[in-house]
Amino acid sequence: MDKLIISPAPHVHSGDSVSKNMRGVLIALIPAYLVGLYFFGLGALIVSLVSVLSCVLFEYLIQRYILKGEKTINDGSAVLTGLLLAFNLPSNIPVWMVIIGAMVAIGIAKMSFGGLGNNPLNPALVGRVFLLISFPVAMTSWPSPIPLNPNYLDAVTSATPLALMKFGHLPNIMDLFIGNTGGSLGEVSAIALLIGFVYLLLKRIITWHIPISILLTVFVFTGILHFASPETYFATPVYHLLSGGLLLGAIFMATDYATSPMTTRGMLVYGVGIGIITVVIRVFGAYPEGVSFAILIMNAFTPLINTYIKPKRFGEARK
Amino acid sequence: MRTFKIGGVHPKEYKFSAGIGTKISLLPKQAIIPLGHYLGAPSKAVVTKGDLVKVGQLLGQASGFVSANVHSSVSGKVAKIDDAIDASGYKRPAIFIDVEGDEWMESIDRSSTIKRECTMTPEEIIKKISDAGIVGLGGATFPTHVKLSPPPGKKAEVLIINAIECEPYLTCDHQLMLEKGEEILVGVSILMKAINVNRAIIGIENNKKDAIAHLERLAKTFTGIEVMALKVQYPQGGEKQLIDATIGRQVPSGAIPIEVGAVVQNVATTFAVYEAVQKNKPLFERIITITGKSMAQQGNFWVRIGTALATVVEQAGGMPEDTGKIVAGGPMMGRSLSSLDVSVAKGTAGVLFIPTIESARKKMKNCLRCAKCVSVCPMGLEPYLLMGQSENAMWTEMERNRIMDCIECGCCAFTCPSNRPLLDHVRYGKTTVGGIIRSRR
Amino acid sequence: MNLILISLITLVIVGTLSAVILFFASKKFEVYEDPRIDEVELALPAANCGGCGFPGCRGFANACVKADLLDNLLCPVGGTPTMEKVAAILGKTAGQGDATVAVVRCGGSCDLRPRTNQYDGVSSCAIAHNLYGGETACSWGCLGLGDCIVSCKFDAIYINPETLLPEVDEEKCTSCGACVKACPKAIIELRKKGTKSRRIYVNCVNQDKGAVNKKACEAACIGCSKCVKECAFDAITVTNNLAYIDPNKCTLCRKCVAVCPTSAIVELNFPPRKAKVPTKEAELEPAN
Repeated sequence: MDKLIISPAPHVHSGDSVSKNMRGVLIALIPAYLVGLYFFGLGALIVSLVSVLSCVLFEYLIQRYILKGEKTINDGSAVLTGLLLAFNLPSNIPVWMVIIGAMVAIGIAKMSFGGLGNNPLNPALVGRVFLLISFPVAMTSWPSPIPLNPNYLDAVTSATPLALMKFGHLPNIMDLFIGNTGGSLGEVSAIALLIGFVYLLLKRIITWHIPISILLTVFVFTGILHFASPETYFATPVYHLLSGGLLLGAIFMATDYATSPMTTRGMLVYGVGIGIITVVIRVFGAYPEGVSFAILIMNAFTPLINTYIKPKRFGEARK
Repeated sequence: MRTFKIGGVHPKEYKFSAGIGTKISLLPKQAIIPLGHYLGAPSKAVVTKGDLVKVGQLLGQASGFVSANVHSSVSGKVAKIDDAIDASGYKRPAIFIDVEGDEWMESIDRSSTIKRECTMTPEEIIKKISDAGIVGLGGATFPTHVKLSPPPGKKAEVLIINAIECEPYLTCDHQLMLEKGEEILVGVSILMKAINVNRAIIGIENNKKDAIAHLERLAKTFTGIEVMALKVQYPQGGEKQLIDATIGRQVPSGAIPIEVGAVVQNVATTFAVYEAVQKNKPLFERIITITGKSMAQQGNFWVRIGTALATVVEQAGGMPEDTGKIVAGGPMMGRSLSSLDVSVAKGTAGVLFIPTIESARKKMKNCLRCAKCVSVCPMGLEPYLLMGQSENAMWTEMERNRIMDCIECGCCAFTCPSNRPLLDHVRYGKTTVGGIIRSRR
Repeated sequence: MNLILISLITLVIVGTLSAVILFFASKKFEVYEDPRIDEVELALPAANCGGCGFPGCRGFANACVKADLLDNLLCPVGGTPTMEKVAAILGKTAGQGDATVAVVRCGGSCDLRPRTNQYDGVSSCAIAHNLYGGETACSWGCLGLGDCIVSCKFDAIYINPETLLPEVDEEKCTSCGACVKACPKAIIELRKKGTKSRRIYVNCVNQDKGAVNKKACEAACIGCSKCVKECAFDAITVTNNLAYIDPNKCTLCRKCVAVCPTSAIVELNFPPRKAKVPTKEAELEPAN
């Protein structure tokens, strides 16, 4: 028998691990991914594969040759970043753009800060926003949903529901719910994203605070605008909830561990902030969609929120 | 079902030894009775080398406020008074007694009849408890008589009996309630009389249904004693958490339970009070649980204080082959031991053998900032932040972030997906900040 | 034309106003600083180690300028030469202090002090010390987790891979005392450097009884007092089963080293001993 081990308490562990959490999020993304594959066909497959593979490759290369640290690609976080980046791209975007996006996401937004857990901004969103600003045309010509579409680069394009809404057309709510609409690869189907949300909650990977506060804020804010002046702001709150990247952003992007606040009270502030900024950009801004910018802006506020909003201390409730 | 309101985890229970009747442990050849306690000043020895002592005879006189008497658990000759390694891993003063026979003090009532009436005044009861050297048997071993004497101007409203046993594996309190239920309830009514309250709550976690039913049936014959089943949640046995769970009041930071009108006593302490007051028997034995995943015979043993753990473990079939770590107490807050040559102290609730494969810690990874440690902390602290500040010696900031509220329950390190040693750093920070605060006075 | 004129006039007015305000502010809030502080600071080694007890070299310079006597002020890095320079600047006389160096007083290497258990926690002496006595049966000795090495700003202390004990590089050690503060077991001591860096000290801090610590470690001081009897200069005292050599009384005669039964007394930087006593003492000579 070896020598007895002495260590400070506790002597048991819950068995939770980084890779378990990452795997859980990946599982939660499966329904939305399947819907994306169905409506956008070959393009979706190519974009997502390239994105995931290049993210993993960049992380491996940077870890191996620049940071010279431990191998971290096994924890699944690079796969997750890759998949989330792909979810935020149109399925007819050229491969080289995807690779650039992955390089920015992993190289600049994640590894340059020290890797998993140290990044101040959501890597996948940084990648997406970089592409959006650099290649606005490619990033905003969305392919029309055609079941099992075999075309990749030459897919028929159409406007997204949000762009349509800006110009006064309202899409069918049922289509938004199922995903039969134009948009990024993984953001189209509300129902699939909600299934993922329920799974994440059941597995206790995230708490309800961030997604619900974002969705509620958007609902209330757009509701007030709509009922104050239905002619100017004709889209009802329900449209705002179901269209664009709001659900994907609220459930999968804003809840990213490293870039969201640590306390439940802070999470609520963060969620409300994202909701307000999203609506302001959507309704008053130049872009039809503002979820990515809203999340990145609030990511930047997260350290401030962590400093000033403390958890509810024991014994603080009643004096 | 009630429980405390902030944080908490639910580790797997592994209560293997539940329902296994207590056995009386063999006497050791030499008893090593510690004079020191976990807290406070060690008591002063009143016997010298060569003295013949009987079971129950006073060995050490309390010295100072937070200190308790120590009695002999065996009869025999005092071999020496020397330092011995205790569960803390450091040497502390102890009295070594070579055991001869088993001769008890005549004043101790050894009959098994249950005596329910108590005619003493509160002062007499507290004096008796102080004389009998009773300390909190939950682990912190704080002298019971100190807890029963509230500071001037404070009045207790309710007595809370801690029968939670929220640590995984341990079953000694559970077994005590099943076997000594009536004695415990008499002890509760004595304590109620001592602090002059007419309401007592026995808090039991809902995984001990037989004990709840047993005590509830018996409690009908007593006035003012209520048995309360609580939702299973660690660390419900923490004093502040238990008060929150049972009467819904939160003790403010830095205050003691009497601030909200509560006095908390452990269930095993209550039984010791019964024995001291009604049977005139000082505290020199307790139940300890011997358990572990690969233990052949799990068991609960009545053990005299000062018996080497090796002696008790032998009676439970010896140490398993694959043991990688021995823990005195439960897996969440217990201390790991370097050998079994440590003697049973008043606060030793059990010995747990952890197999080698589960002993070593897993590799630490980057902090994900997943906020799980914050959400499970029962005191509403931010362990991730405190760990970083402790590493960087930011003591002032740590104090501002309420480090002294930490109860060292281990929920943060238990839950961390990156296997970060949160509690190690937090505990070190707490010790350092505590020292700074004391030096300021 | 008009625009340029207005801009010019505005700028002139703003500039003049600011100048006036700044002028009065600098008069009103002026902090007088003795110019000698800067001079003294330049004379100091700029290690900013805090070994003198002041926050950095500037803090020490400030203290030197303010102090009436320099007797209690000593820069441990520069020692007496530096203090003489400082004294010359300030027109005072320097206090006399011996140059010191850190010594690690534990000889419990792997082979002499067997491990009894295995520590599995944060690799920090402070945290391990908070938990228990250590991986060996000696609860006084070096834990070997390297808090002293982390604390040293001069890379002057390192773990010897063979003994797993810290060793001090005398060339680099500035005697700032950071490692002394970092060691939770109080093993490291700042000792008089001695002539030609020769030192004799008891390489152990164990205060247990001899019988107990002999079992734990073969290099432990067992408090036998043989060295006390041998010493002709009353330099050695035994308290709590532990011998201590007073560096101010020790004459470096090395007699105590020879009589120590556990080789717990160590001599450093001496020339090899002449084999004048070929019997017992030769085999008892310590490894280093």
